[in-house]
Amino acid sequence: MNDIRYSAPHTIDEAVGALLAAKGTGRILAGGTDLLVQMKAGMALPGAIIDVKNIVEMSAIEDKGGGAFRVGAAVSGARIGEHAALKKAWPGVVEAINLIGSKQIQGRASPGGNLCNASPAADSVPALIAAGAIVAVHGPNGRREVAVEKIQIGPGKTSLQPGEIVVSFSLPARPAGSSDAYLRLIPRTEMDIAVVGCGVSLTMKDGVCTAARVGLGAVAPTVMLVEAAGAALVGSKLDAEALEKAAAACRAVCKPINDKRGTIVYRTKIAGVLLKRVAAIAAERAGGR
Amino acid sequence: MAKTHVTTTINGEPTEFLCDASQTMLDVLRDQLGLTGSKEGCGSGDCGACSIMLDDRLICSCLMLAVEAEGKKVETIEGMAHGEQLHPLQKKFVEFAALQCGICTPGFLVASKALLAKNPNPTETEVRFWLAGNLCRCTGYDKIVRAVMEVAAEMRETAR
Ligand SMILES: Cc1cc2nc3c(=O)[nH]c(=O)nc-3n(C[C@H](O)[C@H](O)[C@H](O)COP(=O)(O)OP(=O)(O)OC[C@H]3O[C@@H](n4cnc5c(N)ncnc54)[C@H](O)[C@@H]3O)c2cc1C
Ligand code: FES
Ligand code: FES
Repeated sequence: MNDIRYSAPHTIDEAVGALLAAKGTGRILAGGTDLLVQMKAGMALPGAIIDVKNIVEMSAIEDKGGGAFRVGAAVSGARIGEHAALKKAWPGVVEAINLIGSKQIQGRASPGGNLCNASPAADSVPALIAAGAIVAVHGPNGRREVAVEKIQIGPGKTSLQPGEIVVSFSLPARPAGSSDAYLRLIPRTEMDIAVVGCGVSLTMKDGVCTAARVGLGAVAPTVMLVEAAGAALVGSKLDAEALEKAAAACRAVCKPINDKRGTIVYRTKIAGVLLKRVAAIAAERAGGR
Repeated sequence: MAKTHVTTTINGEPTEFLCDASQTMLDVLRDQLGLTGSKEGCGSGDCGACSIMLDDRLICSCLMLAVEAEGKKVETIEGMAHGEQLHPLQKKFVEFAALQCGICTPGFLVASKALLAKNPNPTETEVRFWLAGNLCRCTGYDKIVRAVMEVAAEMRETAR
């Protein structure tokens, strides 16, 4: 870990400039809970580190009303967990982010880092996908907006172009009767990597589900939006038949790895089990089914 | 490459140091500033022995670059006692024998103090959950958890 150029710019354009100037050797630093571990392991050897925590837009949580929020990509999990209004509107997104690591890790870990590290088991990502979060990306050609599920393209790989930085996540306004939830299965009770992670965001009206999105993690090279699972819930009263159809849709998209934490068969089965449990929690929070 | 000059506050004292961008806060605390209370158990965020407070937030100093301390407030285990006067948590850890080899102790103390500042009346589950990022291979945790619960009760009593 030698000869690294560190900068902590106050504007996004400066950060993009520094990232471009490093000619492919630059790395963004948010909480550093992935980056520093990788540097110590020799897996990342950055020539430049660009700390983005001084950029106001990336370190702020903005309440836009009606359930809509803009969350800076570099905000720590601890700060997100303390934001009462955000927690009330998006309990699933907040619980997913707060599951990342220990209290010490929460003091630094950010949703932007979780997404851009591009682990298939990243806990916040299924919940952000279920929420329909839109990511603001800033690069040499200015700003673009993209659905969160389009960022990860493989383990450790993102669709970000040279010089591009994730600035913030926009969570949409939502009608009354909406809520969300996230659950992961881990072999321990704390501090472990998801075997499967599932996020569901839905809207209930008079006991009927009128909108639903499902995000599924740790069962494929990237976290995925499972459109068929959301579609199976819409129009139903979340009865056993609809839940089983949605669970089957989740199982159908699983392409997991076989490892010591879970076999392919086990992960696939659990994907369906979690979907049912998470949908029930989200519906309960939304005001009953 | 030229070293970076960092101006910060450590345990209330204005502090300056020179470092490389690759050095962690834990490296600088221990190797340059002689503050060896924070320990390196793993260097990867898993054990919590390096726990410090950064702008009132509990973090692992092994996963923070020293250059990030610029303009910030850093608090370490060295700032916990006032001279010979131990913090109630320190006293109770001694009284309850909540340590054996002691490597994990500074981290547990810093983390426990952060918990009580935020939640003066934690349940046992909350204490265990909060301290899940601190590993101890000697005590079996029970004495640590009981010490923290006891201090919380005493501090509530005094505050009344
Ligand atoms: C002990 C421990 C436990 C953990 N437990 C969990 C867990 O339970 N669940 C889980 O999902 N993760 C876990 N992690 C991994 C890690 O904490 C999370 O992925 C965290 O959200 C990363 O955020 P960060 O801000 O620290 O990222 P950083 O390390 O700062 O960055 C991560 C990567 O993303 C890039 N990056 C960061 N921000 C941006 C941005 N805005 N735009 C573009 N690129 C960016 C960086 O260059 C780097 O490559 C754990 C890590 C540790 C050390
Ligand atoms: S040394 Fe920092 S967490 Fe183990
Ligand atoms: S007392 Fe030895 S590790 Fe905790």
